Amino acid sequence: MEIIAQYGSIFLILACAFGFFMAWGIGANDVANAMGTSVGSGALTIKQAILVAVIFEFMGAYLAGGEVTATIRKGIIDPSVMTDSPELMVYGMMSALLAAGTWLLIASIKGWPVSTTHSIVGAIVGFAAVGISVDAVYWSKVGTIVASWVVSPVLAGSISFGLFVSVRYFILNTDDPFNRAKRYVPIYMWLVGFMISMVTLLKGLKHIGLDIDLGLGSKFANAIPVSFVVGLIVAALGAMLLRRVKDSQDNENRFGDVERVFAILMVFTACAMAFAHGSNDVANAVGPLAAIVGTVQSGGEIAAKSAMPWWILLVGAAGIVIGLATYGWKVIATIGKKITELTPSRGFAAELGAASTVVIASATGLPISTTHTLVGAVLGVGFARGIAALNLGTIGAIFMSWIITLPAGAGLSILFFFLFKGIFG
Amino acid sequence: MATKNSLGNLFGRSPIRPIQEHMQIAEEAAQLLPQLIQASIDDDWDRAGDIHKAIVAAEREADKLKRSVRKNLPKSLFMPVARTDLLELIGIQDHVANTAEDVAVLVMGRHMRFPEKLEPAILDLTAACVATVQQALKAIQELDELLEVGFLGREVKHVESMLKELDKLEAKTDKKAVVVRRALFKLEADLPPVDVMFQYRVLALLSTIADDAEKVGDRLQILMAK
Repeated sequence: MEIIAQYGSIFLILACAFGFFMAWGIGANDVANAMGTSVGSGALTIKQAILVAVIFEFMGAYLAGGEVTATIRKGIIDPSVMTDSPELMVYGMMSALLAAGTWLLIASIKGWPVSTTHSIVGAIVGFAAVGISVDAVYWSKVGTIVASWVVSPVLAGSISFGLFVSVRYFILNTDDPFNRAKRYVPIYMWLVGFMISMVTLLKGLKHIGLDIDLGLGSKFANAIPVSFVVGLIVAALGAMLLRRVKDSQDNENRFGDVERVFAILMVFTACAMAFAHGSNDVANAVGPLAAIVGTVQSGGEIAAKSAMPWWILLVGAAGIVIGLATYGWKVIATIGKKITELTPSRGFAAELGAASTVVIASATGLPISTTHTLVGAVLGVGFARGIAALNLGTIGAIFMSWIITLPAGAGLSILFFFLFKGIFG
Repeated sequence: MATKNSLGNLFGRSPIRPIQEHMQIAEEAAQLLPQLIQASIDDDWDRAGDIHKAIVAAEREADKLKRSVRKNLPKSLFMPVARTDLLELIGIQDHVANTAEDVAVLVMGRHMRFPEKLEPAILDLTAACVATVQQALKAIQELDELLEVGFLGREVKHVESMLKELDKLEAKTDKKAVVVRRALFKLEADLPPVDVMFQYRVLALLSTIADDAEKVGDRLQILMAK
């Protein structure tokens, strides 16, 4: 208790710095994967991608990021083990942030494919299991999280497979793909609006004090008609944009105009992707920070249930935006150049498949890797014979990243944990 | 930083466009043959030399492109069509360019001149041969549209009708070759034997070009059937 009283403000400053560092890393690297598909397929310019990312990452984080933040903050480790020495919680979460941030920096410089989510989960489990006690970790929850890392790419792949097959059936493999596209694409836009709205209504609005009650009984039943209407509005907006796409009657490239229709759809799925990414990945930086701030501000009581101060989210969101502005745009450009083979009719399917999966995970509070989910989604389109050439070696790289990142994050976190313990006592 | 990004690395280089370019170059080599024959008829060996050079250059470029396609098709690639089919396809396409070069080398190297009576027929044969190659190119240019719809449905039927046309053109070329060969046979007793031998050889090579163009179509069909 005395330690927290004595060093409280130092802890807060350090925690904010580390949290910001982590958020910067997410903005600099992670967001690029979420936006790169849109830039690569030519649906968005880099400037537009950054604008979409800034707005929708923030919205996703703010409106739907609560569940995952709660998981990172108090779902992986049992705070009751630390009631006698709350400073351990502070050290641990600071170590976790620093470890994950450092590891991401090293991996990025070395060019290893790693995931922010895996780093932070590994780091939290590491300090708790080794630094405190093996019982401090909710192993069943960790098991669920790890399982979700396998399930999420598979689920995303299945959704995008289905989406692409439906596109082929209803639009591409028909007499008049252009007019078919104009007629059917708003349905996919409706799907985007419906999905985002559902997650926001179910998980987001309560902490900004808004509650829509149509008197239909459950929250879920209330959300459906509202989301249905939101979806219709989104589809109407999309249909208006689609009117500007004209058939150029170019017989050399019969699908060029169809792809231009899908490029507009992809603007919508890019928003969904940024929203989904924000809702899941902001927690990686904000969750530990919230745990530290909660502990310090309550004077050492590890509050299991205390409201998260609004400014914490702002630190996370600001870090992401600054990361995006200082470095992320370069990474988006690099990735965008590498995936030019992805045309909008496929890119949208991959993005929508990934975004749906990530948003579902966010709503259930599971921290998953957006990048890996997106890779799964792209593979799904590939299995539907949609993409000219995919490198299956990437799957191996993903397994490697699991095998390397978890112990690396854990090891660094343990190191930092004992370092902090040594410094502050 | 982020050089080995897993998402960026996921995408391999598509072989479709290079394969289309390769066929385009092979066609460029073949479509110069009528001009070469015309130059030989006109006895203008400066012009023939220029055309010969252009054909040789196209053949070389085709070789280079073929090698780069092969290099960029590692076994780890996951594609909607079989890798072996694509490798076969580009090999056959390369034959078109090679054979066109063989013709050019023979005609140029020997300053070959066909008997005057045969000139219209041989020009006709060369044109038919080029038309066959051009039809094969047209079919190959549908590869990106085939990819767009996932190698099935209407687009496959569309390409199959193009391949039928290709078969017809090849048969036509064969018939024309027979006509020229018969005419040459009637004249051969009065011509220098070595020259005649090589003239037969050129006729055979022209038929081979049309055959190869048809084989390109056959490969394309096998590729679509999977």
